[in-house]
Amino acid sequence: MNAVLETRQLCKRFGALTVAENIDFRLEAGARHALIGPNGAGKTTFVNMLTGRLAPSSGRILLGGDDITESRQAARVKRGLGRTFQINTLFRSLPVLDNVALGIAERSGVAGRLWRPASAYREIREEAMELLATLGLANDAASHVLDLPYGKQRLVEIAIALGLKPRVLLLDEPAAGVPSVESERILQVLDALPADIAILIIEHDMDLVFRFAQRITVLVQGEILVEGTPGEISGDRRVHEVYLGEQHHA
Amino acid sequence: MIHQASYHAGARIGWIEWLPFAAAIVVFFALPEYVPLGARILVYILFALSLDLILGYAGIITLGHTAFFGLGAYVAGILGAKAGVSDPLLQLAAAGAAAAVLGVATGAVILRARGLTLLMLTLAITTILMEIANKATNLTGGADGLSGIKVDPILGFFKFDLFGKTAYLYCLLALLIGWFIVRRLIYSPFGASLVGIRENVVRMHAIGAPAYARLVAVYTISGTIAGCAGALLMQTNQFVGLNVLSFEFAGELLVMLVLGGVGRIYGAFVGPLVYMIAQDQLAKQFPEYWYFGIGLLLVAVVLFARGGLLGIVDAIAGKLRGARR
Repeated sequence: MNAVLETRQLCKRFGALTVAENIDFRLEAGARHALIGPNGAGKTTFVNMLTGRLAPSSGRILLGGDDITESRQAARVKRGLGRTFQINTLFRSLPVLDNVALGIAERSGVAGRLWRPASAYREIREEAMELLATLGLANDAASHVLDLPYGKQRLVEIAIALGLKPRVLLLDEPAAGVPSVESERILQVLDALPADIAILIIEHDMDLVFRFAQRITVLVQGEILVEGTPGEISGDRRVHEVYLGEQHHA
Repeated sequence: MIHQASYHAGARIGWIEWLPFAAAIVVFFALPEYVPLGARILVYILFALSLDLILGYAGIITLGHTAFFGLGAYVAGILGAKAGVSDPLLQLAAAGAAAAVLGVATGAVILRARGLTLLMLTLAITTILMEIANKATNLTGGADGLSGIKVDPILGFFKFDLFGKTAYLYCLLALLIGWFIVRRLIYSPFGASLVGIRENVVRMHAIGAPAYARLVAVYTISGTIAGCAGALLMQTNQFVGLNVLSFEFAGELLVMLVLGGVGRIYGAFVGPLVYMIAQDQLAKQFPEYWYFGIGLLLVAVVLFARGGLLGIVDAIAGKLRGARR
């Protein structure tokens, strides 16, 4: 199989604290892959290393076979690595359409242009409108993000990332904080994502994970505990121990 | 109204946006005794506009924008006084170029910082420049200021007259050009991305935007405009004093902009106008403590109208529109 995203012996230490230890991870082309693990397992740290927000202490990251360990965030995005954030990271005072259009403009290389008005770039606006329509946000295009209900704001998170036309999409808890009625809507959106995008999803909602993912990796204390199909994972005793153990403490 | 780039709203110049320029022309003919003060206000408006571009749109906080203004004033002044370059447009171009170089050089160093750190760095830069100007007396005249500056008639025709009429129209034309450029920038995709950086720099990184390079670019453009404004003030007064580099002046500029409204383009018009007129009137009435009046005005604006005077206008217009509906 073809790995579009791969890590080799990826480590991250903050002083004496190791939050990622020798992570060997492969994301296949078109995959629907979930990364799960108890709180503090290092999931978000792992994502931040993939996107370039954090530099790994050692190890390599490969995107489409090319080493991107030293690449900056923007360069990784240009190579097709998109992400969403666990906590909404939006342009809150801007209309929904502009939230998406800013990303599309970056991708299509017009974002640095100095003279023609942004509104004169019709193709950007039309692409943004189409994208919003596919996510059921067409009627909210002119609304400001801060006026939207939280569930819709989560969809805007995904919309911005999709506007970058990524080959690999990292979804950091797309349903976090969303009431269950609305998380159903998010799952529908995820199911409808283009099949050629490889998706890595980090999620606490096990229901969502087992319905969406074809492969699951379990991360515990910065190390990969086990990886397999949803069937294998749900039958794995160690995984149960980790999650039950956590519940005992809680 | 907030003027800001958007991919779905037009960028046409509304009739109301021509109002300041029409008013400036009316003042020129109707109130000749205010023309010299008017020229200074026009220069300050251009200067405030350059600050609005970086502070209001890109979110770059600075207490050292006088570095550019002062450098422009001194470069143009030294050219006219010591180097025999007395053509005003040449002086203006040189001032702008020098400020642009300063913008790239300092912007590249300090714009990785944000917030208070950035504020301190900008303050440090203008303070350093002021110390240099203070010490290099044979070039700048030091604390006595730079005088004996030669400024030829503009294009060989329009002599800077005693009543400041030429200077006024010259500054007005410069402001018109500066305003047009700033407005284009603000409404461009570049301007939209600056607002994105101001709103959420983390997300800008995540959509692949070269945020730092954009900030350095806008800082340089803004610095260039501020440098030109400095040269204009020098040519209007035919004198440069050390205070053009002081951070007190930078603070005063900030007060003017906040008073008018930040991130609105026209706040930079209203703020200096109100500030300078208030200063002029208050200084006549209460020469001892006119600053008290300015302070009161600022406190009132910060407490009750975060959008500045234009914010108040917006709020009232919004209420009226709501009432009509």
